[in-house]
Amino acid sequence: MTEIIQKVKNLSIGFKSKKGEEILILRNISTNIKKGETVGIVGESGSGKSTLALAMMGYVKHGLYTIGGECEFNSSNLLKMKNRDLEKIRGRKIAMIPQNAGQALTPNLKIGYQIDEALQLHSDLKEEEREQKISELLNKVRLPSPETIALRYPHELSGGQQQRVAVAMALAGTPDLLLLDEPTTGLDVTTQAHVLELLNFIAKDTGTSMVYVSHDLGAIAQVSDRIIVMYSGEIVLEGPSRDILKKPIHPYTYGLLKSIPKLSLAGLPQSMPGSQPQPGKMHRGCSFFDRCDFSEEKCKNNSPQLEHLEELNTSVRCFNYKSLMNDSQVNQTVNKIKTSLHDKEILNLSKVSISYAKQKLLDQVLNRISDDNPTVKDININIKKGETIALVGESGSGKSTILKSIAGLLRTKGGIIKFDQNRNLSSDLKERDPNDLRIIQLIFQNPDESLNPNHTVEEIIAQPLKLYFGLKGEELKKNIIDLLQKVRLGEFYMSRYPRQLSGGEKQRVAVARAFAAKPDIILCDEVTSALDVSVQAAVLNLLQQLKEDFGTTYIFVSHDLAVVRAISDRVAVLYQGRLCEVGPSKDVYQFPSHPYTEVLLGAVLEPDPDIKPILVAEDIVEEKPPQKGCSFQGRCSRILGDICKSEVPPWQITNSGNSIRCHIPLKDLQKDQIN
Amino acid sequence: MLFLIIKRILLGLITLFIVSLITFVGTEILPGDACTTYLERQAFGEQLEACYRRLGLNVPAYERYISWAVNAIQGDFGYSLSGEMPIKEVLGPRIKNSLVLASAAIFIGIPIALILGIVTALWRDKLPDVAISTVTIFAMTIPEFISATLLILIIAIWLEWLPGIVIVPTDVSFLELLPNIILPVIAIAMIMTAHMARMVRSSVIQVMASEYVQMAILKGVPYWKMVFKHVLPNALLPAINVVALTIAWLLGGVVVTEVVFNYPGLGRLVIESISNRDLPTVQALAIILASIYVSINLLADLMTLMLNPRLKTLQIRK
Repeated sequence: MTEIIQKVKNLSIGFKSKKGEEILILRNISTNIKKGETVGIVGESGSGKSTLALAMMGYVKHGLYTIGGECEFNSSNLLKMKNRDLEKIRGRKIAMIPQNAGQALTPNLKIGYQIDEALQLHSDLKEEEREQKISELLNKVRLPSPETIALRYPHELSGGQQQRVAVAMALAGTPDLLLLDEPTTGLDVTTQAHVLELLNFIAKDTGTSMVYVSHDLGAIAQVSDRIIVMYSGEIVLEGPSRDILKKPIHPYTYGLLKSIPKLSLAGLPQSMPGSQPQPGKMHRGCSFFDRCDFSEEKCKNNSPQLEHLEELNTSVRCFNYKSLMNDSQVNQTVNKIKTSLHDKEILNLSKVSISYAKQKLLDQVLNRISDDNPTVKDININIKKGETIALVGESGSGKSTILKSIAGLLRTKGGIIKFDQNRNLSSDLKERDPNDLRIIQLIFQNPDESLNPNHTVEEIIAQPLKLYFGLKGEELKKNIIDLLQKVRLGEFYMSRYPRQLSGGEKQRVAVARAFAAKPDIILCDEVTSALDVSVQAAVLNLLQQLKEDFGTTYIFVSHDLAVVRAISDRVAVLYQGRLCEVGPSKDVYQFPSHPYTEVLLGAVLEPDPDIKPILVAEDIVEEKPPQKGCSFQGRCSRILGDICKSEVPPWQITNSGNSIRCHIPLKDLQKDQIN
Repeated sequence: MLFLIIKRILLGLITLFIVSLITFVGTEILPGDACTTYLERQAFGEQLEACYRRLGLNVPAYERYISWAVNAIQGDFGYSLSGEMPIKEVLGPRIKNSLVLASAAIFIGIPIALILGIVTALWRDKLPDVAISTVTIFAMTIPEFISATLLILIIAIWLEWLPGIVIVPTDVSFLELLPNIILPVIAIAMIMTAHMARMVRSSVIQVMASEYVQMAILKGVPYWKMVFKHVLPNALLPAINVVALTIAWLLGGVVVTEVVFNYPGLGRLVIESISNRDLPTVQALAIILASIYVSINLLADLMTLMLNPRLKTLQIRK
């Protein structure tokens, strides 16, 4: 039996509501973290997973308090310890790697100082030794030229580099236990895969135990030995990682795994109905009852206990787990997307370029563009009526920039955006007439910010109806109800304010608002990335249904290649504002493909311990597109030589109609590709 | 960086030019002029003409503006109407007195404000916070003419510790002035300190709730080290601009307090010259107060730029 280093016993944490009721965030949690193991804690937002991780450091957020139970480390309860004693454990015995390193590094202190501070507190090294140690640590997390990085301020580093600094800082105290709170959320796919690989290496190298908290089963699958699934403040399933991912015996985990889109499977995953109950909502019976496909009468009034199954080394909180045990694997069924493609071209971008560079005064007077290396350049895309085209790429690839220009929010510097073959859309929002504005609608990433918090759902949806169609009174109301029903929200939502809705419901309202204008084209900017996985599938299914009903065209921007695979007919891959590859999704996801597409696909994390990401290129961040040649030359692992640096590669077209912009001949591209 | 400083200075100069233009046009539009004010009932016919010629008011407005502006740049604002003495000489001691008052208030008020703000933020919702916050809200809401009058009543009249109003001549020496400024300084500092303490409090609370402070705690940084290294530098940066505005306000705007205490500073001069219709002095004051605001804000912006590594690199990169 291996040594247990942290023991959580019957832990309950909560807060007092305004009415004085005790509301629980964590309910009676018990688990052990063993030496050298990596435990993944997975759950939706609001499941209490971060609160649990923080409690393992003896930290309870302002406003919350411990109701009962303990977190035992070295046979003392961290939650009852004095701050002075905790200071000796935090950073030295237990260290935290935060979710958002950009926010978690103090802005006015240099990187070197922040690591040095941890060394000063938790080691007896002298100054010169510490200096050397800082370099060593930065080297260990694979940051280039540690000496110069140490002298920089946090904001001078990229997101991936900041995250690595946070890892180095946590390692400074050589902790026995590392707590990671969503350490890769918010990073690009490629960066995420690199950081995870680094964490895996560190866990093996130092023998540190890790607790990895994430909502992303893909990331959890890559790092953890054991998984704890949390739902509504409780542990619902706990067991060896492989068993849980391959053969989940709790209905929630089962549904969760089914709702994640996979690279290998085109089509929309099945969604889980409903959403997690709000903390404090009194419920008798199982908290997952309303969303469960396997529920019975007894689940309604009796809450199941966490039951330990010796033979599987698994604990499960469900009356009905046996019926799931027989259902061998997660049989993912998908709804194939139907596209009634018209040959009619609805939107045409030709030679579009967009620059963020400020025009100099002289250029403004002469009305010319002096930026010869704009952020986005040479974009040619034809979009057919009724299709879903996805723009993919890392942050900084210009995908959102292109959307903004189509919407008229950002002026183009060159090229033409043409609607319906003959209508030129002005690049300036002010010069578009109301009809031009109506035909293109936008759905934003974050519904918290895109819905006016002071308007009711009714007012939000009424706005486009009044503006474009001049509807009033009964007719207006009828239309609003109609739209709400289309997005599967009932009439009673009309009087609610956005803050009274869940994330998924808010995004549905945003969808309804976009459809209210009866647009021909809807621009979707990362519409599901702020949502929980189970809700994401539902929103994707809804978008697909509405598209089939209305014949709308979608331009879909996402960094998640599996989501893109699920919903799109065609994919355009962008790097540094230049197109790399455009083609039907099934072909883009197969070989041959552009070296950059290969990098992106390799980095996708799947919730399957057997599929490991393939890291092809370094995750360097380039600040500006190169002046000459191929946009991807700086990171390409298959660079041919001078030709890539001097000439813009030609478009090559495969048999299936996939266009690839690369100097490497198609047959060589396919031959050497890593599978 | 240098380019930025030059740009800011140029912008400041343009602001001053516009201010001078507005005050000039303003005084021009108002009915009556220096001569009608000076001659009062005799302001007609030959006498008025003679006066116009003497003061140079018979030339077109733009010429007068140019000659006034050229002289003003050299520090010559012309003659005041009431005393018939150069405005420069009127202003000199007034500026000195206002500076004395302002710097005393600043040196006493700012440290107290910082300490109160930090203490209330760190002991948020605890006894020190509740006690201090109640007092600061009172100090903020009581208008200065009330608090000043009360101070005079209690300390000068009942206790007879200090003079109630300033009756020394305008150009008195610093040491003689000193006992006279204590009450005005208290009256001003009270309201200023309260405002700043509230600002510092909310700024510190905001930083205390940030993720990097939580990270510092989880790193095992001892409390006071965390406060001084991680919290205060970030929390006090935004305070610089507020301090600058306060200083500018102190130098030119404590009109009410100066009048209540009969203090011979710039603020009282503003009131006096307006009620005397001493337009040349009003013009000079407008320009001087505007320059004070512009230059202090410029200084504050530059200081923020120097102290905030974030802005510094951004500017250099551009």
